[in-house]
Amino acid sequence: MTGIVALYIFMLAAFTGYEVIAKVPVILHTPLMSGSNFVHGIVLVGAMVALGNATTTLEKSIGFFGVLLAAGNAVGGYAVTERMLEMFKASGARGKDGSGKDGGAKGTH
Amino acid sequence: MDVSFSAAALIQVSYLLTAFLFIMGLKRMSSPVTARSGILWAGAGMLVATLATFFYPGLTNFPLIIIAVVIGSAIAWFSGRRVPMTDIPQMIALYNGMGGGAAAAIAAVELYRGEQQSTEGATLAVVGGIIGAVSFSGSLIAFGKLQGLIRKSLRFGGQQLLNLLVLAAALVLGGLVASGVLATPAAVTGLFAAALLLGLSMTLPIGGADMPVVISLYNALTGLAVAFEGFVLGNAAMIIAGTVVGSAGTLLTQLMAKAMNRSLGNVLFSGFGDTGTAAAGTAIAGSMKPIEAADVGVMMAFAQKVIIVPGYGMAVAQAQHKVWELCQLLIDRGVTVRFAIHPVAGRMPGHMNVLLAEAGVPYDLIADLDEINAEFETADVALIIGANDVVNPVARNDKSSPIYGMPILNADKAKNVIVIKRGQGAGFSGIENALFYLDNTRMLYGDGQAAVSALIAAVKSV
Repeated sequence: MTGIVALYIFMLAAFTGYEVIAKVPVILHTPLMSGSNFVHGIVLVGAMVALGNATTTLEKSIGFFGVLLAAGNAVGGYAVTERMLEMFKASGARGKDGSGKDGGAKGTH
Repeated sequence: MDVSFSAAALIQVSYLLTAFLFIMGLKRMSSPVTARSGILWAGAGMLVATLATFFYPGLTNFPLIIIAVVIGSAIAWFSGRRVPMTDIPQMIALYNGMGGGAAAAIAAVELYRGEQQSTEGATLAVVGGIIGAVSFSGSLIAFGKLQGLIRKSLRFGGQQLLNLLVLAAALVLGGLVASGVLATPAAVTGLFAAALLLGLSMTLPIGGADMPVVISLYNALTGLAVAFEGFVLGNAAMIIAGTVVGSAGTLLTQLMAKAMNRSLGNVLFSGFGDTGTAAAGTAIAGSMKPIEAADVGVMMAFAQKVIIVPGYGMAVAQAQHKVWELCQLLIDRGVTVRFAIHPVAGRMPGHMNVLLAEAGVPYDLIADLDEINAEFETADVALIIGANDVVNPVARNDKSSPIYGMPILNADKAKNVIVIKRGQGAGFSGIENALFYLDNTRMLYGDGQAAVSALIAAVKSV
């Protein structure tokens, strides 16, 4: 990837991120922060490459630590985001028992 | 040769697919109707990218990679599944810090190897490494504060100066390493030590109330660090996902700061946001008038419209399920019920919505400040549970009050205001609440959960 192409990608991705979030209602701030936290868990693929290319013990140790942290970021971010979002539902889908735990979390879309 | 070519092609296509799934996922997460499917899209993207990376040409150390992935995933999965919803903000901080640490680790591996590549590559690795390390240590402090592990906000004279010096040290060392003038392991170690210290000293003085904005900022920074390391590794998926999170996170940070009536500079450099600012304000005339649950039950059962104003106190008392049970009884009687959420109800904007959603409250009954404020005038009953400062009318009219100017919910405009409160003392912030002394306000004393249970019994017996 040449430098200028990388800069184009950077610029377009920055605009995309801004536009995607621009009109989000306050009720979704916390889940969305959690969701974007999950998305940067993609650092896992970089950490895997770093560890996969490591040769010395020092590099391997740091790489191992990096993969462990990155996997935590990705999996933990997914777990809490999914838990939060599965509870969001409209009144059309509400159950009498008032329990939000069971599946009926589908949007009415 | 042919085989490795096709592996590289597979990885490129997979990363492209991942970028698409991430962006679509985030887009869907920004509307309550499609939010649930959004995380599934993004999750699929992560899975595709991770699996494809195993085919990366030239990788070794597979056992180590697999062990690290399994350990990291297992710890995060179990902690993420078990944590109570009230503690979600600090878990986000923790996972975010892990991402920042991972980005720093990638930079460290590249820099310690030293055999480097170009100056640009080394510069990008250094910048991403510094940002990632700051996000790592800063997020851990944020986690510690919200979890109650760190109770004091460390402040001393010249703190800003110290931060500047540490930042300068990190940048100078970074410059030396990146330019190759002093690309020794010792310099690399010093660079990361300075960056970690910067994260600590930046975050320690910030009070718990401002932590959500800080966590959001570190979330954006981690995204940026990931993007920089993506440039170093020539990894398009990391560049795209990291940059999208970097810019989306920056916007989200601004929205949150705005919702909390604070500016970002204020949060980072003023060291306010602590609850220690005990306040003067004008003394309030009048008295608090108590009421019995049975009377409130009748009042609510025959009301046209009831607005509930929940605060973090409700969640601490675990009363949200009971509140929803009460609302369902009222709805079945034909009463219009709405929930009014102040931006700082809960621990971060949107947190109260999550807590109510957990209790089964549908999101279309929940309104934010701008939507609901005009409606209080037509409400027969405003029920305040666990909220205090956000309904205090002195914010509108008493210039000497520390909360003057903060947007509040106009609960005092309702025909009847019922406040569920444990006792007569002043609230969390130490500021007297003028609402409690109004002629149309009655106090229902008791623990949140017990009081709401009494209301349920009262409404049932009507």
